[in-house]
Amino acid sequence: MSAAEPGLTVALVGNPNTGKSTLFNALTGLRQRVGNYPGVTVARKSGQCDCGNGTKVELIDLPGLYSLSAASPDEQVVIDALSGHLADDRRPDAVVVVIDATNLLRNLFLASQLSELDLPVVLVLNQADVAVEQGLKIDTELLSRRLGGVPVVMSSAWKGEGISAVRRAIGEALRARVRMPAVEWPPLVEEALADVAAGVAADIGRAPGRADVERLLFDSTTSVGQRLGWVAARRDVVIRAARDKVRRAGYNPLAAEPLIHYERLRKLLEGVVQGGGNRTGGSAAVDQVLLHRVLGPVVFAGIMLGMFAAVFWLAKFPMQWISGGVDALKLVVAPLLDGMPMLQSLVTDGMIGGVGAFLAFLPQILILFLFVGILEDSGYMARAAFIMDRLFSWCGLNGKSFVPLLSGFACAIPGILSTRTIEDPKARLATAFAVPFMSCSARFPVYALMCAVFIGPNYGAGWESVVMVGMHCVGLLFAVPTAFVLTRFVLKVKPQPFVLELPRYQMPKPRDVLLRMWQNAAEFVSRAGTVIFAITIIVWALSYFPRDAAVAERVKAENPSVAEAVVTAKIQAAYVEQSYMGRFGKAIQPAFDPLGFDWKITVGVLASFPAREVIVSTLGVTYSVGKGAEADSKHLQQEMKDARWTEGPRLGTHIFSLAAVLALMVFFALCSQCGPTVATLAQETGGWKWAAISFVYMTGLAWLMAAAVYQTVSRIAPPA
Amino acid sequence: MTPLSQLLPGQYGKLTSLNPERSVDQRLMALGLLPGMVLKLVHTAPLGDPLAIEFAGQVVSLRLTEAQNILIDVAADCPIQRPRPQT
Repeated sequence: MSAAEPGLTVALVGNPNTGKSTLFNALTGLRQRVGNYPGVTVARKSGQCDCGNGTKVELIDLPGLYSLSAASPDEQVVIDALSGHLADDRRPDAVVVVIDATNLLRNLFLASQLSELDLPVVLVLNQADVAVEQGLKIDTELLSRRLGGVPVVMSSAWKGEGISAVRRAIGEALRARVRMPAVEWPPLVEEALADVAAGVAADIGRAPGRADVERLLFDSTTSVGQRLGWVAARRDVVIRAARDKVRRAGYNPLAAEPLIHYERLRKLLEGVVQGGGNRTGGSAAVDQVLLHRVLGPVVFAGIMLGMFAAVFWLAKFPMQWISGGVDALKLVVAPLLDGMPMLQSLVTDGMIGGVGAFLAFLPQILILFLFVGILEDSGYMARAAFIMDRLFSWCGLNGKSFVPLLSGFACAIPGILSTRTIEDPKARLATAFAVPFMSCSARFPVYALMCAVFIGPNYGAGWESVVMVGMHCVGLLFAVPTAFVLTRFVLKVKPQPFVLELPRYQMPKPRDVLLRMWQNAAEFVSRAGTVIFAITIIVWALSYFPRDAAVAERVKAENPSVAEAVVTAKIQAAYVEQSYMGRFGKAIQPAFDPLGFDWKITVGVLASFPAREVIVSTLGVTYSVGKGAEADSKHLQQEMKDARWTEGPRLGTHIFSLAAVLALMVFFALCSQCGPTVATLAQETGGWKWAAISFVYMTGLAWLMAAAVYQTVSRIAPPA
Repeated sequence: MTPLSQLLPGQYGKLTSLNPERSVDQRLMALGLLPGMVLKLVHTAPLGDPLAIEFAGQVVSLRLTEAQNILIDVAADCPIQRPRPQT
């Protein structure tokens, strides 16, 4: 995939929470490329690393993992990448294993498994500063000797110490190509491995790699068999016989690998590590407060409230600057195109409006990822998940679903993007699916307008607040059962156990946090942003064409002695009515008739696909109030209060009755009337399938519920 | 022998057995939790589930249902000996 020149590639692997990403950032600087592995929603990060002596390599940051026995897509990507089975990537030329120096034994388990890959290895004992603080003394020379001479270096990526030693070690590994000696299996296990290898070779005609053979023998869930094209029926016979052999060696086949590796490592580490006692000391004391039965949830609520306030409220300022800038740009550009009304409208309303449409999401995305970065890098995210898990586990989600769902109340887009923090693919998808049900801030103007038009004037401000709060609960009411059904009956993925490390607390590094914000925002703009732009242009074109000059002339002739502004508004209304959007709205109005929507509301619903709140300005145009009307426009509210049905069985009654107003709000609470959300779902679920399902499901549900509300309420309180 | 799910915070003991057929136990083994090792229950979440255990210098959380089949031999010197009351 990368470059024409087949340079050297080096993979960075390691357990989560080892400071691997910090080391990656330190080694590659800011010139990184972020993409996705084909077919899976696992991010692929790579960058150029200078290893001295003119050697430059492409460094690939693989997802963190504890073991090669693949359970999640992240882990599968690592195994496939290291064995050279990823479609676009070559097998790396060397592997850098990042190890938490304070927990050598556990971290070396992965390194020990990797020794079977027959690749040059560098061991980086990171977080050396913490190890020193804990009084640990590590004899790296002895460790290197016992591992067959592979380079072992200490570093503290956080402090920027030892980075050049890591560079030199990578260069050395590429020159000397020293491998880590593989584990010595007991004779019967060795025989079992040979049997599996022979079985594969006999059936597919070529000898498999050693690492693949181990996955086949030791893992119950591995997908290596499918990748090799080894027929399941043959596979089962060979593997069952081989596992029986492992049993005769005295090991449970599924436990043999960790038992034998850890036994090896325990011997290997004798005399390597000295000193050190209370390894969880500082963090344990903090956890006495942060995981306290009472204080824990209090602190948690405070942090989440702060995060929500920042995403919801603080982001409004830059969003206003962006929309102000977009409006100013329109004013600057528009006069340049005077005399070319079509081009003028395309550039100002279509193109500038389209860019503004996705730029408006950036402040919320950046602020949310500032918090997500701090929460993740500090180690608090795992605690937050620990505190909240019980509330979510019963419906198939987990504690990490909380942050995405909460941010959904500000905007679904950052919410969906933040589901990346959820490791379990099933819970991640279900959470992303549930996020758009949260009542986002774009629904607010719709509720506000409906309340101002009908609820407030007829029932008072008290009921207005009740309706407002109620509408924010409607989505939640449906999201929970949806997640439950989705995880229980629809998604056939095996659930992952919620085994989550509560890592040592650490001060987040500003560079890492900023880089994460930037990379997420850039990916959103380049992927979902283009789709959002396209949607805006399409909806613009549908509302603009056809543009027969005769329409304007007719309106002018019909209103000879009316003020110019009023005539302009009437012309705009007339154009929208006969545009493709207007015609389509009128044509499908019967489908929305059971919901009590007239053609103007129907057009508003359709035209608001780029963003929900657009229905307000669309109603402004169709009600001849003029462009740019907002929910607090008294003029628009009055026009809507006065609007009556001019035909059909409801002739003469108010359009915006209690039933219609409630139905419209319920419809907007549940429908997927937001192109950017659909585009983001597609980006984050790796294709349009789930985005399409979400759109159809939510819109269908919205129609059903709104119809139920209208039909019920209009019988109890018939529209006057 | 007491199921891990019935330990009280602060209680510790030796892990007597794991079931390698279960994916939870496979994960824990990969993290270095092997039979015979001492582990300690350090926290229960505010809503009673999940639990956090400490072993080999690391803290790991797991759910009650996942902890039911993990059997612990509570250490003789552990100040708390009684199991968590059944709910």
